[in-house]
Amino acid sequence: MYKKTLIRMFSYLAAYRGRFVLSVVMALVYVLSSLYIPLLAGQAIDSLIGPGRVDFSLLTGRLAAILVTSLVCFLSQYILSRLNNTLVYSLSRNLRNDAFDKIGRLPFAYLDSHRQGDVVARVIGDVEQVADGLLLGFSQFLTAVLTIVLTIYYLFSLDWLMALVVILLSPLSLVVASFIARRTHKHFRKTAEKRSLQTDLTDEFITNTGEVICYNLQNQCQERFGRVNDEWAESSLKGTFYSSLVNPATRAVNSIVYACAALTGSLLVITGRMSVGGLTSALSYATQYTKPFNDITGVVTELQNALVCASRIFALLDEAEVEDRGTLELPHGPLSVSFRNVFFSYVSGQDLIRDFSLDIESGRHVAIVGPTGAGKSTIINLLMRYYDADSGTILIDGIPIGQLKLSSLRLSFGSVLQDSFIRRATVRENIAMGRSFTDDQIIAACQKAHVHNIIMNLENGYDTMLDDDEGLLSAGERQLIAIARCMVALPNLLILDEATSSIDTRTEGLIQSSFNEMTRGRTSFVVAHRLSTIRNADIILVMKDGDIVESGRHDELLARGGFYSELYHSQYAKAVGQGR
Amino acid sequence: MGRLFSYLRKYTRDCILAPLFKLLEAVLELFVPLVVAAIIDHGIADRDVSYIVRMVMVLFALSVTGLAVSVTAQYFSARAASSFARDAKKALFEHIELFSMADCEKLGLATLINRMTGDMNQVQSGVNMTLRLLLRSPFVVLGAAFMAFVVDVRSAFVFVVVIPVLALVVYLIMRVTVPRFRSVQGGVDDLLARTRENYRGARVIRAFNLQESERKGFHDAGDSLLTRQLGAASLSALTNPMTSFVVNLGIMVLIWYGGLRVEAGTLTQGSVVALFNYMSQILVELIKLAGLIQTMTRALASARRVGSIFDMEPSMADGSRMDSPEDGPAIEFRHVSFSYAEGCGRVLKDISFRLERGQTLGIIGATGSGKSTLAALMARLYDPQEGEILILGAPVRSYRLSYLHDTVTLVLQKARLFSGTILGNLKLASPHATEEDVRAALADAQALDFVMEKGLDAPVEAGGRNFSGGQRQRLSIARALVHGGSILILDDSFSALDYKTDSLVRQALAARPVTKVIISQRSSSVMNADLIILLENGSIAAMGTHEELMASSPVYREIHYTQFEKEDGDV
Repeated sequence: MYKKTLIRMFSYLAAYRGRFVLSVVMALVYVLSSLYIPLLAGQAIDSLIGPGRVDFSLLTGRLAAILVTSLVCFLSQYILSRLNNTLVYSLSRNLRNDAFDKIGRLPFAYLDSHRQGDVVARVIGDVEQVADGLLLGFSQFLTAVLTIVLTIYYLFSLDWLMALVVILLSPLSLVVASFIARRTHKHFRKTAEKRSLQTDLTDEFITNTGEVICYNLQNQCQERFGRVNDEWAESSLKGTFYSSLVNPATRAVNSIVYACAALTGSLLVITGRMSVGGLTSALSYATQYTKPFNDITGVVTELQNALVCASRIFALLDEAEVEDRGTLELPHGPLSVSFRNVFFSYVSGQDLIRDFSLDIESGRHVAIVGPTGAGKSTIINLLMRYYDADSGTILIDGIPIGQLKLSSLRLSFGSVLQDSFIRRATVRENIAMGRSFTDDQIIAACQKAHVHNIIMNLENGYDTMLDDDEGLLSAGERQLIAIARCMVALPNLLILDEATSSIDTRTEGLIQSSFNEMTRGRTSFVVAHRLSTIRNADIILVMKDGDIVESGRHDELLARGGFYSELYHSQYAKAVGQGR
Repeated sequence: MGRLFSYLRKYTRDCILAPLFKLLEAVLELFVPLVVAAIIDHGIADRDVSYIVRMVMVLFALSVTGLAVSVTAQYFSARAASSFARDAKKALFEHIELFSMADCEKLGLATLINRMTGDMNQVQSGVNMTLRLLLRSPFVVLGAAFMAFVVDVRSAFVFVVVIPVLALVVYLIMRVTVPRFRSVQGGVDDLLARTRENYRGARVIRAFNLQESERKGFHDAGDSLLTRQLGAASLSALTNPMTSFVVNLGIMVLIWYGGLRVEAGTLTQGSVVALFNYMSQILVELIKLAGLIQTMTRALASARRVGSIFDMEPSMADGSRMDSPEDGPAIEFRHVSFSYAEGCGRVLKDISFRLERGQTLGIIGATGSGKSTLAALMARLYDPQEGEILILGAPVRSYRLSYLHDTVTLVLQKARLFSGTILGNLKLASPHATEEDVRAALADAQALDFVMEKGLDAPVEAGGRNFSGGQRQRLSIARALVHGGSILILDDSFSALDYKTDSLVRQALAARPVTKVIISQRSSSVMNADLIILLENGSIAAMGTHEELMASSPVYREIHYTQFEKEDGDV
């Protein structure tokens, strides 16, 4: 399981092949130069034979060599760590970009059913953990491996038996390390899960601050957070502790190796195969040889944590994506829309739309009415291809929407959706929405949407920064912004999903004329509660429990005396009746 | 930051024991060379194999003891670090819960979330690493210097110079990099905000085909983070090479000076070897320390960010009153003016009115006229800059906030549900509510049908995404009714309901004997109120009953007729 994640991580590295090779070269230079300094120092010390017998020319020569070597060491180490930083941070940026881009391609079936905090934790938190682990990996792994190789060389040059004892015993520490690591893995995964749960809860509680304050929920939130927090702390303690066992355990194995080396070496000295000086060198190499093993095992635990996080990111990346295989584009001008035997369900087995067929000529106005929760927005979801129908086809201008480019399909619609979303950008950018308009066009649209004066009252007018999270704009003002967004360009098809639900009736009345001008000659779909606003529709679809129970013009429906007329009378008769 | 680290105090014992056991391990390690020296001097010199074997057994014993000691140390430091992080996270969360709406809006949600999670993780690993290495490394460094003095006092001056220089290098690099790492975390905040936004606003973003430009924006922000990361890391990457270089220079001076002294006969070659070994020991330890310093630098940067949240006092002072006077109007505003922030225009201007107990107040007005702000002030989500607000005859500021919110129930315009179950949401604010209460509330909110269909234990996803806008509104009205309170404020809570449901809810509410404030843009929703306020641009444009306003206010008439004009002909 690790292997796949690891291979995939390396595929990300491929883009930085050159730097990676350079990093290996620098690591080699660094290890060589840093191991060479003690050798030079030893030779320098050798020149200090005794009083009056110091070889000053040899001494100055060696000291000069140390100076040069330590400069090389300094430079190579610095370049090495800068290269590693660049590698790791670039790699994690790419990983994060991919994860973010994925959000843009996930189907709404995923987005609507997953926790926002969990996805955010993957894109931000997990990527950071991956970067931390990799950085440690890069900076220690290479140098450790090179140090091992060079030390083996030096050991063999001393005595082969000694070298064999050290080399054969040392992998023991790797065995111990991987034994612990396997047991730690579980806890890392659990900690990552708890952490994401915690992010999610924090996200929810902070987003719902209004409710928390109004209902005195502080204590309850604290309790719920406290529980998740305790669970997290518990698995974090286990994860941290078990993983921190690796170092002491390998160190203990290493000191046992050291003791064995001391035993072998001493016996070799007694039998005359080795000098005391040789033993000292061998022992110092034995410590030097086991140290990188320590580092490697330390890195292994960090890498493990990184891999757990990486696999969570890859799981997100592997989610099925929205299909955008269409190639056709819609022409400009009036477009017809047809539904042919459309079936749809959010949860399989619970059909929400059943065998729905309808032909709408271009330029017609369609109104969708019905009680709350009747599935009116579902029609919009299908038209905009936020969801795909289970069976049947929807045709626009005679083309099945699956054959259209998603961008062409969606940009053909001007839409004001139920939840008016505000981007973290200026008012101007919130209206332009990535399209290019002149200031005059934007102001004209805002005037038509009757939001211009509200904007001018903001601190910086059209340059005021907005944020979906903050309370600068009321729900009605946000809807007006959404309407202005729609009015700034004239699309071919129009969708108004409860576009004016939070706007006062007087302003709504004022906007109505702009709407009428906009919808003239354009096929439009209007979801509304206010029957007065849909009375002029060419066709009214009356929905109830996901079914279209009636359709026709206002007068026809009223005359029929069915559900629509019931709905109509109950609303206006009651409202007016209560008025007096 | 002091407040943050005060949560370590509870684990003082662990924080002392962990480094102490680490120290013990280091001391045990110092014995190893002595044992080896004994093997060479006695075992080999005397060709005493049994002595050698005995000494090797001592080495084994040292390593096993070392293992036990260091496992203990690791346990204590892991426990201290996770317990500390747990307590600090809890305290931070509780602290954030004290903030008012204004405070949260000022800070921004993304940064609060990031500090709670990302920054706290950094602090935790910083504490863990510090406990493991902090005492050990300086001990080894100072121990080596001490040994140098024992070997040769005059040569030890090299150590006296090298160690402070090392400390200075480390200090300077840390000082410069801490703010840079803080700016890195700021970059992370930005990415977090973008990710949240793209998740939540996915429908609108795709409707305008903005994925590409959002992608570009995120990638650019990622690039800017990369620049910041590299800027911070390029400096801290200097730590190791710099310290190694300083030590290597020290070694050169040591050997050169040693050479002069050996030539003069005042030092032996062996002593120079020993001094060289001690300097090397410092070098090895510094390499370990450098890793710790990086972790610590980042942890410190994060700790500052968390600390700044702790340092921020909630801007709203809580009152103490836990009861309300017998008499006095339900709600009274006296010349209240309000703006959201300094420099921003006034959202409400000189508002004065009086609503008696049991009456219903209707508030109507154009979008942006300040209706929601007025409601928020009644529940003291914000404090006005001027004027006074009285609830049930006492100043709103005098009440304990928890008491006030038990008395005044505000259903927010953008009501949000919590993840969990329907029942859990309804009983959220009043866990002791009976089933009858819940059913009655659901029935009044016209939510009984769809709730019973799904079941009271049906799951609610975060934000109530799995419910339609109208269902969410009805659930939030029901939640408020279960909560009770003698003043009920509904901030445009019927906007997503069809007119029929709207009127049914209002009829049911009329039977509940509480003071009601109904904010709506529908004239039908407020026309039965005892008092209607027409807001225009933050001021009261007209006030009175429906009949009075119909007679006196042309604007009110216009609002009414935009809704009823045509129907009058029909009905």
